[in-house]
Amino acid sequence: MSKPHQNNAFMFNAKADTVIKKKYCRFKKSGIKYIDYKDGDFLMKFLNEQGKMLPRRITGTSLKFQRKISQAVKRARHLSILPYVADGLK
Amino acid sequence: MNKHNYESVIVFTPVLSEEQLKDAIKKYRQLITEHGGEIVHELNKGMTKLAYPIQKKSSGFYVIFEFSAPTDLIKTIEIQFKRDERIMRFLTIALDKHAMVYNQRKRNGEFNKAKPATQAPATENKKTKVEEDII
Repeated sequence: MSKPHQNNAFMFNAKADTVIKKKYCRFKKSGIKYIDYKDGDFLMKFLNEQGKMLPRRITGTSLKFQRKISQAVKRARHLSILPYVADGLK
Repeated sequence: MNKHNYESVIVFTPVLSEEQLKDAIKKYRQLITEHGGEIVHELNKGMTKLAYPIQKKSSGFYVIFEFSAPTDLIKTIEIQFKRDERIMRFLTIALDKHAMVYNQRKRNGEFNKAKPATQAPATENKKTKVEEDII
């Protein structure tokens, strides 16, 4: 029984060798409380090439601020600051 | 009547001349103040390129009003926006306290990092001038 256990421990160590940088919420870290929907360049950071919003698992944004970004992006799209659909945005 | 803080962004057609745009802005400024509103800040961003065409136009004049007003005003002003053919898009939102702080700081130019950099050399130049005078 002990052998597989040791094996598992070895596997774990092997994984730990490849350093994974932990993602963080940039809004929480830098203390931003309001996301401006008029600032198209800033919101562009949270969009992919097609103008779709990036998921939280990629940007690392907390749920609270992901909701705010989503609201801001939708407002910006309405005012034609950001596109609804795009191709090769970046 | 309860007063709240609002922000309106209006996109005017690019067909307007400078004077027509001024008239249009003046009209809404008066509309706000006449109905018991108070304009905190007004910004004309000028001709800006749109992200997608609206009414077959690829640019527009962005005008931003920040004002405090009784809740009734929003209904009347939005009806006016809808009826106005000069306006292609508009958005009125209520500002929370964080938004107020943000707008205040933006107006003071705290987010422009280029500004202090340009000011710093200017002061240095002054210093050198003073030094030269002393010499």
